[in-house]
Amino acid sequence: MNWIDTIVQGILLGGLYALFAAGLSLVFGIMRLVNLAHGDLIVLAAYLILLIVSLLGLSPFVAALIALPLMFGLGYVLQKVVLNRVLGEDILPPLLVTFGISVVIQNALLQGASADTRRLPTGDVGVASISLGGINVGILPLLTFGSAVAVILILNHVFYRTALGRSFRATSDDPTTASLMGIRPNAVFAQATGIAMMIVTIAALYLGMRANFDPAVGPARLIYAFEAVIIGGLGSLWGTLAGGVIIGLAQTIGAAINPEWQILSGHIAFLLVLLFKPRGLFPRAFD
Amino acid sequence: MAMLSTHGLTAHYGQFQALFGVDITLDAGECVAIIGANGAGKTTLLRSLSGVLRNEPQSIRYRGEPIGALPADAVMKRGVAMVPEGRKLFPSLTVEENLLIGAHARRGSGSWTLDAIYNLFPILKERRDNAGTALSGGQQQMVAIGRALMSNPDVLLCDEISLGLAPVVIRDIYKAMPRIREGGAAVIIVEQDIGQALEVADRVYCMMEGRVTLSGTPTDLTREAIHAAYFGAAA
Ligand SMILES: Nc1ncnc2c1ncn2[C@@H]1O[C@H](COP(=O)(O)OP(=O)(O)OP(=O)(O)O)[C@@H](O)[C@H]1O
Ligand SMILES: [Mg+2]
Repeated sequence: MNWIDTIVQGILLGGLYALFAAGLSLVFGIMRLVNLAHGDLIVLAAYLILLIVSLLGLSPFVAALIALPLMFGLGYVLQKVVLNRVLGEDILPPLLVTFGISVVIQNALLQGASADTRRLPTGDVGVASISLGGINVGILPLLTFGSAVAVILILNHVFYRTALGRSFRATSDDPTTASLMGIRPNAVFAQATGIAMMIVTIAALYLGMRANFDPAVGPARLIYAFEAVIIGGLGSLWGTLAGGVIIGLAQTIGAAINPEWQILSGHIAFLLVLLFKPRGLFPRAFD
Repeated sequence: MAMLSTHGLTAHYGQFQALFGVDITLDAGECVAIIGANGAGKTTLLRSLSGVLRNEPQSIRYRGEPIGALPADAVMKRGVAMVPEGRKLFPSLTVEENLLIGAHARRGSGSWTLDAIYNLFPILKERRDNAGTALSGGQQQMVAIGRALMSNPDVLLCDEISLGLAPVVIRDIYKAMPRIREGGAAVIIVEQDIGQALEVADRVYCMMEGRVTLSGTPTDLTREAIHAAYFGAAA
């Protein structure tokens, strides 16, 4: 067994978990909303990509490009019509409502697409690999990790270097004072959720190409995403990437020791981080 | 006709009524001070004017338009900017970002730019990359004023900009007032410091327990009248 190989695979797997988590992290960072339907929205996006692939005969990458604006729209409307109404001092209503959305999405997918497992066609990319310093690395895991880094770079740029990001941060600090600046908090939240759903679409692309999915796999993705966000520290996007990598590493190392330990090792790593760093590895200075 | 006016304005926090039929007016270019003891309803009045508290449409009129029911962002886009009580800088924004976000709904090509604000309060230029909340109270107040000016407002609402500041700092901040008015904005200042209020304002309203109890020009108002309006006739 090659430990370096295991570690590289683990880091790359972390890219997938970071993609699951980045949207959740963004939405939580801006509006303190924990979206329990996040995993199901990833699965929904995977079905949307699959639908476009089979209707138009496109590659999943092109199909995802088409799905991006559609998912942005879905996120925008979902926030505007439903979630904005339940945001407030009390954190319970958003939890209940997003839990309800989770159930609705799962059952709608069951009705519309049956319980059969699916996979996005990958063509050659799915099996291709390159040799990096003697280690064979799959192209798809590399693409996944690269996409995760790119997503987080872009999000950080938007967040800290643009007027849109400025209004995100101001609204997150204090919605009432933000409204005195001419900002409409509800519109800002809708844009943020729209962007989160674009990240969800990218996550769905890689999820669907790398593994089988069916309508019921969302909640498990939510848990990985959740753990990555918490490990990284709430509100820190680079922390979310680090969190994803830690879970990915723990899983592949655990699996290398004993294949049955894969999932458990990830959760144990999460618990250990929480034990020693209850606020995560990179907590925001103020909260 | 007044640029901004209230008509029998009331306000409630749940069961508690904080304003009972307040009528005030503000003309273009004018500076009006609102004085009154703690809890008189001054902040509530400004929060109503700025749209943070929603009201009957007709209870507030701005340039002939009923704006009482508009949300804060819509009121601000019409040219009414607020320096809120307690400064309320955004902690995750730098000084410069706090100023820039004031221009989020910037209107027209007025004279207030980042450079003009740095000119008005030079210390802010030195501290532009600091977190807004890392500044002293006086500097934070300058940021809050600059942030409101960045939208080139026609009406500037200032809530207790001298609160908690040393007298020299208060003087520095009030020194900016003539230039703010030259920029074309009409100003409503809420002040507990009566001397300061009488000095800068064209007209004064005194409030007590949610009502306007006295109004007039600083020269009209006697010490005794203000005292009575401030603390009630029994005082
Ligand atoms: N959020 C709130 N909830 C309930 N009551 C409030 C709230 N804000 C203010 N009040 C009450 O409304 C009344 C008016 O308060 P307001 O803040 O307008 O007074 P003020 O004149 O600005 O006082 P100060 O000089 O202390 O700032 C007070 O009795 C206050 O206790
Ligand atoms: Mg007040």
